[in-house]
Amino acid sequence: MSPTTSTCPTALRESIAQLEARSNRMRRDVIRMVHAAACGHPAGPLGMAEMMSVLYFHEMAVDPTQPAHPMRDRFILSNGHCCAALYSTLARRGFFPAKDLAQFRKFGSHFQGHPHLGALPGIEMSTGSLGTGVSVAGGMALAAKVDGSPARIYAVTSDGESQEGQPWENATAAAHYGLGNLTLLLDWNGIQIDGRTEDVMNPGDIGAKYAAFGWQVIEVDGHEIQGLIDALAEARADESRPTLLACRTTIGKGVSYMEDIPDFHGMAPNDEQAIQALRELGDVSPEDLNHEKPAHWTE
Amino acid sequence: MVASPRMDRTAPPPVKQEATRAAYGRALEALGHQRTDLVVLDADLSGSTKTRVFAKSFPDRFFNIGVAEMNMAGYAAGLALSGKLVYCSSFAMFAAGKAWEPIRQSIAITNANVKIVASHAGLTVGEDGASHQMLEDLALMRVLPNMRVIVPADSRQTEAAVAAIAEIDGPCYMRVSRAATPILQDLPSFELGRADVVRDGEDIALITCGVEVAECMKAADLLAEQGIDALVLNAATIKPLDDVTVAHVAQRCGRVMTVEEHQIIGGLGEAVASSLAQSGVAVPLRLHGMKGEFGQTGPAKNLLDHYCLDAAGIAAEVQSWLAS
Repeated sequence: MSPTTSTCPTALRESIAQLEARSNRMRRDVIRMVHAAACGHPAGPLGMAEMMSVLYFHEMAVDPTQPAHPMRDRFILSNGHCCAALYSTLARRGFFPAKDLAQFRKFGSHFQGHPHLGALPGIEMSTGSLGTGVSVAGGMALAAKVDGSPARIYAVTSDGESQEGQPWENATAAAHYGLGNLTLLLDWNGIQIDGRTEDVMNPGDIGAKYAAFGWQVIEVDGHEIQGLIDALAEARADESRPTLLACRTTIGKGVSYMEDIPDFHGMAPNDEQAIQALRELGDVSPEDLNHEKPAHWTE
Repeated sequence: MVASPRMDRTAPPPVKQEATRAAYGRALEALGHQRTDLVVLDADLSGSTKTRVFAKSFPDRFFNIGVAEMNMAGYAAGLALSGKLVYCSSFAMFAAGKAWEPIRQSIAITNANVKIVASHAGLTVGEDGASHQMLEDLALMRVLPNMRVIVPADSRQTEAAVAAIAEIDGPCYMRVSRAATPILQDLPSFELGRADVVRDGEDIALITCGVEVAECMKAADLLAEQGIDALVLNAATIKPLDDVTVAHVAQRCGRVMTVEEHQIIGGLGEAVASSLAQSGVAVPLRLHGMKGEFGQTGPAKNLLDHYCLDAAGIAAEVQSWLAS
C-alpha cells in the first residue's frame, strides 16, 4: 500500500463528551472481558481508559481500513498485561468486531493474554515482557526519522516497568537521537503486582528521571481528557526531543472497590463483583453475565 | 550431494589469512550500496565488529546504540518492523547473551527482519578471558523459533553469507571471529541450509563449523599420515541443519565426531546428534568441544591447543577414540 494511492490516515479529534463516553464504554468492555476469561488484569486497563480514548479517538492518525499504511501513527502497549484496554480500543476504533472481545484469553482465539503482533489488525508489537516495548517504540521512531515520515510513535509504559533496565537504555538513546516523534505515556498509578511501588522497589520521581535524561516531561492527570489532549499537542510541538506524559492515574478507576487496590492488578472479579462493577459503570444489563451475547458489546 | 575432490597438496600455495569479522565489514559496506533499506546498529564496538566500515560509507544509515545491547535488539526490531533491513553487531557474549530476552520477545516472536552478526565468539577471542569467550551462543540462538544460525568457515564464505541472509525475510544469527584464520581453497560459496564436504574420506566424518573447519582440514592431513582417512563436513548453517548431508557422511564413514569452539551442550554437536537420531542413522558419535567448563586467558593459539581444538588436538582425539 502506497501513500500515493491511498488516503493518509487522519486523527478523529472527537469531542470531550465523546471521549468520556468512549472511556466508559472501554471500562465496561474490560470488566466483561476479564470476567469472561476468569483471569487477567482488570484494574490497570480501567486506569488507562482516558489515555487510550484520547490517543485513538483524538490524537493518533490511524485508519482501520488501512492498518498497514506506512504513514500511520504507531502505538505500542509496553505494559502489555493491560491489553484488555488495547483490545477494546482497537475494536471500538473499528479494527475488528467488538463482539469478538468475548474471546479474550480463550483457547484458539486471537486475543492472547498479552499483545501478539499479527494476531489482530492494529496490534503493532508483541509485548508483555516489561521493558521491551518502549525500546521497540524507540526503534520505530528512529525508522520514521530516517525516512522523513510524519508518522509519530506512541507507547504506554508504567511505573512498575520503570524498574526494568531496558527503558532507561531507550531513554538515553531516544534523547541522543532527538526522537521528537516519540511520545511515552507513563501510567503512574503507584501499584504493581506485589503491592505499592514505593514499598516493592521505589522508582522515585520517574518524571524527573526522564527530564534528567533529556526528555520533555509533562505531568498530567491521566483521567482529565482536556489535559491529555493539551499535553499531546505540546509533545507534537517539540520536534527536538522525545516527550514523556507523566500521567497520574488511579488503578481500577471507575469501579469503587477496585480503585487504588493492588489486589485487582492481576485478579478477575467474581460474579458479584462483576455485576457491581457493571452497575457502577452504567451497563444496561449488569446482571446478565452471559458475555457471548452480541448485545452486550453493541448496546 | 556430490563430494568435492580432494585438494591437491603437492604444491601448497601460501595460506592467506583473514578474520571473518573483516570480511563482514567489507561485505556489509558492499551490501549498503545495493540495499538502500539497509540500516546497521552497533553497541560501541564498531571498530572491532567492523561495522565501522559501513558507517564510514553510510553515516546516515548507521546508528551507534552505545553500551546497551538490550536496547539495540529493541531498536533493531522497531526498525525492521518499519520496513528496514537491519544488521546489528556486538561481541557474541553481549549480542546473544545479554540481549537474549529482547531478541526472543521483540525479534524472534515477530519474525522481524534482523540479522544479528556477532563477532569475537568462542575461545579465539583469546586474552579477554572467560567473561568474553562466548561458548553458549549457538545454544541460545538455536532454540529460538524463526531464528536461523550460521557460522561461516572463512572470510570468503562470510562475504557470501552476508549477502545471502539479506535475501531471507526473517531473523538470522551469524557468528564471526576475531582471530585471523586461513582462507580455504576450493570452498563452495554459501547457501543457507547446505553443508559442504570440504574434504572427502571414509574412516571418520568430522562435522564442524567456523574457525574449526581449517583446524579439521589440517587434522585430516595429520590423520592421513596415520592411515586414517577423515572426511570434513563444513556445517556453516547450524539451523536449519543439512540433515540429508549429515546423514550421508555419517553413513559413508560409519563414525562421526563433531568439532566446535562452543559447549558440546546445545551447539553443533547436539544438533548433529539430534539430526542423526531422527534420521535413524546409528553410528558411533563423539562430541568434541568445550565440555562443561569456561575458558581462560591467553592467546587463541594456546587456548585451542589446551582444549584440544587445534589440528593436533583434534587428530589426537580421533586417534584415541579409534584406539579405544
